[in-house]
Amino acid sequence: MKPAAFDYIRARELPEALEALARHGADARVIAGGQSLLPMLNMRLARPAVLIDIMGIAGLDRVERDGDLIVVPAVVRQAALMKRPGLSGEQPLLAAALPWLGHYQTRARGTVCGSAAHADPSAEIPLCLVALDGEVRLRSRRRWRSVRAADFFGGMMVTDKADDELIEAVAFPAAMTGTGYAFREVARRHGDFAIVGCAAVVTRDAIHLAVAGVADKPQRRSFPPLKGSALTDALNGFAWDLEARDDFHATARLRRDLVRSLGLSTIGEAQRCLA
Amino acid sequence: MKIETISWTGQSLERVEDAALLTGRGRFIDDLGVRPGTLHAAILRSPHAHADILSVDVAAAAVMPGVAAVITGRDLARLTTPMVAGLKVAVENWPMAVERVRYVGEPVAIVVAADRYLAEDGLDAIEVEYRPLPCVVDPLASLEPDAPVLHDRAGGNLVSDRRFRYGDPKAAFAKAAHRVEVTIAYPRNTGAPMETFGVVAEYDPHEDAYDVLANFQGPFSIHAVLARCLKVPGNRLRLRMPPESGGSFGVKQGVAPYAVLIGVAARIAGAPVKWIEDRLEHLGAAVAATNRVTTLKAAVTAEGRITALDWDQLEDCGAYPRAPEPATLYRMHGNMTGAYDIANIAIRNRVVLTNKAPTGLVRGFGGPQVYYALERLMQRIAAELGLDPLAVIRTNLIPGGAFPYRTASGALYDSGDYVKAFDLALAEGRLADVQARRDAARAAGRRYGIGFAAVVEPSVSNMGYITTVLTAAERQKAGPKNGAQATATIALDPVGSVGVHVASVPQGQGHRTVLAQVVADVFGMPCEAIRVVVDLDTGKDAWSIASGNYSSRFAAAVAGAAHLAATRLRDKLAMIAAAQLGVAPAQIGFAGGAVFAKGNPASTLPFARVAALSHWSPALLPAGVDQAIRETAFWTPPELSAPDEEDHVNSSLCHGFIFDMAGVEVDAETGKVRIDRYVTMHDCGRVLHPGMVEGQIRGGFAQALGATFYEELAYADDGAFLTGTFADYLLPTATETPDIEILHIETPSPFTPLGAKGVGEGNCMSTPVCLANAVADALGVAQLDLPLTPARIAALVAAPEPALPESHRERAVGPGAAKPGDRTLRGQGQARVAAPPDVVWAMLLDVDALASIIPGCHGVEKLSETHFKADVTIGVGPVKGRYKAQIMLSDLDAPRAATLSGSVSGALGTGGGSGRVTLTTAGEGGTLIAYTYEAAVGGKVAAIGGRLLDGAAKAIIGQFFAALSRRAAPARPGFIARLLGRRP
Amino acid sequence: MPRLNAATRHRVAFTLNGRPVSLEAEPRLLATDALRHGLGATGTHVGCEHGVCGACTIQIDGQPARACLTLAVQLEGAAVTTVEGLAPERDRLSVMQAAFRRNHALQCGFCTAGILVSLDAYLREQPAPSEQDLREVVGGHLCRCTGYTPIIRAALEAAACLRGEPLSQPSDREPAHV
Repeated sequence: MKPAAFDYIRARELPEALEALARHGADARVIAGGQSLLPMLNMRLARPAVLIDIMGIAGLDRVERDGDLIVVPAVVRQAALMKRPGLSGEQPLLAAALPWLGHYQTRARGTVCGSAAHADPSAEIPLCLVALDGEVRLRSRRRWRSVRAADFFGGMMVTDKADDELIEAVAFPAAMTGTGYAFREVARRHGDFAIVGCAAVVTRDAIHLAVAGVADKPQRRSFPPLKGSALTDALNGFAWDLEARDDFHATARLRRDLVRSLGLSTIGEAQRCLA
Repeated sequence: MKIETISWTGQSLERVEDAALLTGRGRFIDDLGVRPGTLHAAILRSPHAHADILSVDVAAAAVMPGVAAVITGRDLARLTTPMVAGLKVAVENWPMAVERVRYVGEPVAIVVAADRYLAEDGLDAIEVEYRPLPCVVDPLASLEPDAPVLHDRAGGNLVSDRRFRYGDPKAAFAKAAHRVEVTIAYPRNTGAPMETFGVVAEYDPHEDAYDVLANFQGPFSIHAVLARCLKVPGNRLRLRMPPESGGSFGVKQGVAPYAVLIGVAARIAGAPVKWIEDRLEHLGAAVAATNRVTTLKAAVTAEGRITALDWDQLEDCGAYPRAPEPATLYRMHGNMTGAYDIANIAIRNRVVLTNKAPTGLVRGFGGPQVYYALERLMQRIAAELGLDPLAVIRTNLIPGGAFPYRTASGALYDSGDYVKAFDLALAEGRLADVQARRDAARAAGRRYGIGFAAVVEPSVSNMGYITTVLTAAERQKAGPKNGAQATATIALDPVGSVGVHVASVPQGQGHRTVLAQVVADVFGMPCEAIRVVVDLDTGKDAWSIASGNYSSRFAAAVAGAAHLAATRLRDKLAMIAAAQLGVAPAQIGFAGGAVFAKGNPASTLPFARVAALSHWSPALLPAGVDQAIRETAFWTPPELSAPDEEDHVNSSLCHGFIFDMAGVEVDAETGKVRIDRYVTMHDCGRVLHPGMVEGQIRGGFAQALGATFYEELAYADDGAFLTGTFADYLLPTATETPDIEILHIETPSPFTPLGAKGVGEGNCMSTPVCLANAVADALGVAQLDLPLTPARIAALVAAPEPALPESHRERAVGPGAAKPGDRTLRGQGQARVAAPPDVVWAMLLDVDALASIIPGCHGVEKLSETHFKADVTIGVGPVKGRYKAQIMLSDLDAPRAATLSGSVSGALGTGGGSGRVTLTTAGEGGTLIAYTYEAAVGGKVAAIGGRLLDGAAKAIIGQFFAALSRRAAPARPGFIARLLGRRP
Repeated sequence: MPRLNAATRHRVAFTLNGRPVSLEAEPRLLATDALRHGLGATGTHVGCEHGVCGACTIQIDGQPARACLTLAVQLEGAAVTTVEGLAPERDRLSVMQAAFRRNHALQCGFCTAGILVSLDAYLREQPAPSEQDLREVVGGHLCRCTGYTPIIRAALEAAACLRGEPLSQPSDREPAHV
């Protein structure tokens, strides 16, 4: 189980990486933390001609605030975001979700943007981005653009990113007053990809629930501040709309059940935070 | 037999093994250097569950940089004979496919190259043409008359069918007050040691001799199998095992076929060849425990006393009955009544072959399958008769005074006091505490259950038990097989220090520490003065047919043999010292590193002086002592006789006892189970090292926890293997594994030198069913099959599902799969195209059009009007592969509908599917293309990339229709792209 | 910009357990193979090569990393610590290693190196971990022999010892979920 051969480019500046991407396009892959890419290389599922290592690029390794946005550039490891002082106040949803992301050892290497690029429909980072209506910032030699998270993710390893683009950063809206946040997940084992993950963002006027692990990509739905059977009916509709499928780890039925039950309890927790 | 002075044995000493392992100085097979010029092997494996091999083209691979040789099944067949199996059946057991592949992962070719990277490059260049055949993965389906047959010459898939009757079960059932029955489908799982297989082999053409280093756990009977397969006498197969092995749990027995493959590769390459198995190979093709379908019936009195059992076991050995199989089915044959006193048994044992990887030794070895049925039955008896499950167990347990106890099928249970152990396990408030916790949980509306399991753990297997699969007449013809030869050698060197060697390579069991304890006690020496060597070389070390580390035989048999050898040597030393000190040998004592005359402290010699005497001054040896330099003891217990005419067999020498109690709480919403309490009571005879015994119990428990909730080597109905990585074959981690309470009583075995019994496998037998019984109690259900996944548990208690809301009714819901593990991808979609149906239709039949529509197409060849061949690169994200594709159109209804079916095959695996496309006129000059599809993926991608598949199929099919739309209406690509949601 | 060609070997230099080392590596050479077969540091074991089992865990600049998910060329200039570098002297054990031996926290010892390396990194970050913290850290490793409890016990004991505390009983155990 060894990778096929590839050239390796160690980019020191962002333009170098973009230049290489422009030249090699689909034949190149960007490597950051490598926690998703390396297994695919070792199994020879992926056989890029060129690897572009961006971890040595200066200036992409610090989380910064851009107004109400928490901007996490490409070289920030998951552990670094998790350890950010004051994160639980700055964005409680992220603080609640990050400990569920893989393990101590993989968080120490894996990057936040790498998780977004991999676009696993069960993963926590894409879920939080969609739940919070965050954005993905893409840069190529040609242009810079920002895409809403909901428009970015297409499915497992399928995103709106063009072959010559790099995820320069992802941006999570910081917590707002009058808003409650909660995250819950059911996985087979601690650290596994979620069977169902729920992220709730609740205000006095609206309930937003995002669900991972069910559809091809994390999906968010907004409801008015429903209660009781109106809320359970709405969640039932959402559960059915996600078109859950059976796989080896869980059935479609369990996934729908979890959207209904876990969704409800996650919303409840977010509402309690609000109160 | 007992040892006189004990100071070390029985203590939890720190292990002598540990310092090296803790500091990175272990000597596992891949840590050892190899000869300069050693080449590295990689193995090409079948993506098909069942297919004829039409051709293997190695020309391109053979000229790759660094590639030294490419070996195919035909090359192998020229140099070897098939491996023998325990069954008399016309099945050719090749370790690499010759003309047909019969399971996903079966070796097809070997590339030998300068390093592993280059060898894998070589694999990518091999072209194999297969003709897929229908396959069968379910053992019951495999029995059907129209089932695909794996081995044509065997005439069918049922390769063994034996019935046994002990006592008079028919009469007992006829007069039974109650009959209770369970049917169990026990799944496949495996030991998954953290170190995979490794082999380094060399061949000497002048001596026609193989030298093979492998992290094997034998050599036991398999050495003979390998030598025969390699067509050399045993003395020309030198099998060596490294000092350390990274776990086995039975599984490393499965390295045997690779000893042949790599040996032959070295022979053909003309150089030493090394192969280290990777994890994908291991999970897919190393060793699986058997999956088994069991129907077990009991005849029961009104009071819950069992008078007879009727077993019907259907054992699935996978594609080849590989030696020592069908041992898994017969290992428990003597103890099919478990811990219970039951006089009458009927047994039907059938062995069936299916298109799955061959099975073999896995910790527990038949025990999990048997006890899952037996102990589920015990709970069902209590439930159906309205009795307390504890009362049903207790009333049936073999009474305390009955040992040694002969079971109906012939086992001789050496010692035990089951009722006492059972009572002690429940005492001191343990039962009351669990019951109180259950009552409180239930009062609060939670689902809490208590489960029990009583299990007899056999150890030190009888070499003859496997022959129970043969009829008495067949056995007579083959000659009787029996016993359990264990061996140990003690040597004294010229400075009088003590060395120990045994023919049992450990995989973490701490042999070196325990043997030092046992031998130190015999010689009255400090433990650290004894040096133990455990790596093994069949070319120069003492060994026999039963040698190896399996069947939990170390403490009972191997440590006992070491004790015997040491005692013999000590008795000689006593005679030497007696002559020196002028006393009778009986007066000589050994303590504190000295040899002395008892009662006369002044009359003392240093141990080293007496021990070295045979080297330096043999003339001083007293009469009757030839030498006191080296003593090799062989030990086999007389109790292990061959099966008798009526098929009674004492299948194992030792029989430990386990009684387990679990309290669990089930979350019906998530389907997850929390283990609240777990108590495990053991009687493994005399405990030689309490810390290691605890380690065996905790480790066995953790593996059993995996078997209960997480682990399954799963196959799709089409034979695709689904759990090829640790992301899908889930082992429990520290966050899932609870602490447990361990209790002991000791009834020493009268049959083993040290009174010890095996303890390595018991919890793999008791824990799965104990936990399942607890879950069944919590949920009030009768039928439970492993693994107890969240989806399975939730389904058992789920209320009817809330309906699709009225407002959603018109929305099409994607059809779900029939069962978990069914990876058939189903989907549907539609696209609106600004071209009339006849234009779209023409494209589907046009080579050039197809070439531009098919994603990643490098060219289409038209084989007929409706049959095309293409070369494509497809994938999602970074996961891309090059495939050969076949596309066929059928059920043509021009220009309205057609069925498109296709198949692809390439290095990443195979895929096939079909879809119905309908074209309807939509608007002015437009067409609505609607499609439904079903696809299935096999080979490597299915085994390792399960989570990729749905998205990948959807994306690729989406790409096809997007391209179709673009080509049909090139003027309006934006419109189409919007409809399809996303650019390709 | 440095571009390393696939077909040729490139010099990679870093420090291994405090000593400067270098080797020639193709871009695709995994750090596991570089350490074990290139530099003879065979204490780092290979169990799955897809980042799950944790046997190959090393520290890169003090942080844990799966060596099987790291390319040798990515080690350039880094400070790498492996199990061989944990003991204070060649003939001594570290506090954690000694606690493992006392508690029988290893059997076959194949997974042990990675666990020791992880715990070493973690205790520097969190010297006073709870049992649950440690279960989560060890949760990033697979051990097939011990059932984990002795490992957790050893880690708690070592952490207390490193804090200079007398040995104490482990705190209340969280029942594990399965």
